[in-house]
Amino acid sequence: MKRTIEKLENEFETFQILNEDGEVVNADAMPDLSDEDLQELMRRMVYARILDQRSIALNRQGRLGFYAPTAGQEASQLGSHFAMEKEDFLLPGYRDVPQLIFHGLPLYQAFLFSRGHFHGNQMDNVNAVSPQIIIGAQITQTAGVALGMKKRGKQNVALTYTGDGGASQGDFYEGMNFAGAFKAPAIFVVQNNRYAISVPVEKQSAAKTVAQKAVAAGIEGIQVDGMDVLAVYTATKEARERAINGEGPTLIETLTYRYGPHTMAGDDPTRYRTEDDENEWSKKDPLIRFRKFLENKGLWSEEKENEVIESAKEEIKAAIKKADEQPKQTVTDLISIMHEELPANLKEQMEEYKEKESK
Amino acid sequence: MAQMTMIQAITDAMRTELKNDENVLIFGEDVGQNGGVFRATEGLQAEFGEDRVFDTPLAESGIGGMAVGLALQGFRPLPEIQFFGFVYEVMDAVSGQMARYRYRSGGTYNMPITVRSPFGGGVHTPELHADSLEGLVAQQPGLRVVIPSTPYDAKGLLISSIRNNDPVIFLEHMKLYRSFRGEVPEGEYTIDLDKADIKREGTDVTLVAYGAMVHSALKAAEELEKDGIQAEVIDLRTVSPVDYETILKSVEKTNRAVVVQEAQKQAGIAASVAAEIQERAILHLEAPVLRVAAPDTVYPFSQAEEVWLPNYNDIIEKVNQVVNF
Repeated sequence: MKRTIEKLENEFETFQILNEDGEVVNADAMPDLSDEDLQELMRRMVYARILDQRSIALNRQGRLGFYAPTAGQEASQLGSHFAMEKEDFLLPGYRDVPQLIFHGLPLYQAFLFSRGHFHGNQMDNVNAVSPQIIIGAQITQTAGVALGMKKRGKQNVALTYTGDGGASQGDFYEGMNFAGAFKAPAIFVVQNNRYAISVPVEKQSAAKTVAQKAVAAGIEGIQVDGMDVLAVYTATKEARERAINGEGPTLIETLTYRYGPHTMAGDDPTRYRTEDDENEWSKKDPLIRFRKFLENKGLWSEEKENEVIESAKEEIKAAIKKADEQPKQTVTDLISIMHEELPANLKEQMEEYKEKESK
Repeated sequence: MAQMTMIQAITDAMRTELKNDENVLIFGEDVGQNGGVFRATEGLQAEFGEDRVFDTPLAESGIGGMAVGLALQGFRPLPEIQFFGFVYEVMDAVSGQMARYRYRSGGTYNMPITVRSPFGGGVHTPELHADSLEGLVAQQPGLRVVIPSTPYDAKGLLISSIRNNDPVIFLEHMKLYRSFRGEVPEGEYTIDLDKADIKREGTDVTLVAYGAMVHSALKAAEELEKDGIQAEVIDLRTVSPVDYETILKSVEKTNRAVVVQEAQKQAGIAASVAAEIQERAILHLEAPVLRVAAPDTVYPFSQAEEVWLPNYNDIIEKVNQVVNF
């Protein structure tokens, strides 16, 4: 008997373009990005890091609600999103708010999502749905969106994200398998940040990589250094091209790390992660290596970075203010968005609450 | 007018809507070339093509998720779950996702999905084919649950369900698929959702029923008439939301009610119907509202269906109890 597992796992080597020192280690794979594009990528990553810091602070002050920290995942989140077109459809998980913002969701609405206000989820002119809380549900839905695009003859893709824990769900497999069977233009990104709350990835599966799970669906799979924004961008861009050329879906595993807790709802990572682990991953910070890369090209400076930071802080302040000004939700609001045509029970309850709200 | 079985009426409704609206898509396990395990989609792929009527991999959750995704692209999905006992695999897509999408997106998106699925006992199916699980979906805000009992109702209700811009669970009782024929108009017609239908007028007791139990109630009513009891039989047709207006009007006339379901007593929807009647019409009641339902066990092994499933004798017994209360 041949030992197939070893052979298979050798097929999934980590794709990298920039090393930790910001040096190009894979010049052949360098994406064709203009200087402005490269600067825009850095700007987005710095913006996201500041947004994360401010969101954590605002959450602690009680000015935000549900929040899943993103620091460490900037390359994975924004490098992959940078390969998307505006008409592509985004199905984010609950940690994927930065992509949603750069896909067009106004920041104050992202804050309303965090607080729990329906206006935060109203995607007017944004080709996206709000962050999915049921881990895996976005994967089967992505297969459907992608099939819909194929039927409409659109030159677009559906892109979705989940984490390493999410790759254990049935819907994860079903979604990939459906997209594969229908050769639908879907991209599945698994952001492997090594932990699903407190459970390390080794306890999710005996598989050495998440990327190899693509084999079960008969689709392309690639493992990428998720702290390397150029590698993530390139892998997603190639997956997108294959998809719109009718070659079907791709699974992209990004190896990344979250510096913060799982969510701001009381998770304490010191209970399950070692300091060594965190120090090791701090060295891999996607901002450090990309900053070095850009500085070496004369495309980035401390001054530029500070400008981004200051304007991010200003935008965040203005967005929180706008979120504060949003009218409070009423029960009649909630009833009115249940159906196009209200059933009798809701019509009755609508009257009841109109009466209450008029007092 | 044509004489059709319920399953022919269902096929006819789907054909009508495939023709009317190019966004209608039919998919599920074996619904394509095979025409469905009950022939419900017979001939539809041949007539409308593989792009409109197609098979899926064998995974209910994937089917549900795909319906949601297709709806997000402006399609009008008509997925089939081969037997409703398999709904557990797709509960999240149905109750956790499509039912909530209009609300969760503040009206940005809606889910014009009709999930068709057979259920119901009396035909000796294997395990988890016949279970009555309408009670589960009836409890989910955002869903409508429709259960026809005649060929005429099935066609008109299915066309209405498909045209509705919110999700509908359309449950087809297997025993009623081919058990009788009825008059069904050619071409398109609709029956309002959320509206019950009085299948038999009466003055002494109101029988509220749905699915196969409508026919048991009608048979019971015939027998009861011999004893001078005039039963009014209301077929709910939509079991969520329930048309209380029709029920209350009837109860105010008859002053007595029995709610009849095939599901176990702890399941189905009879409990909430009884609760609403007592909340809204207690002063009109001469007797408590009683329920006819199956025992609270797992659905029977097929050879035990006859002793387990509620039948018209059970209905007669309960009617006699409320009449002689």
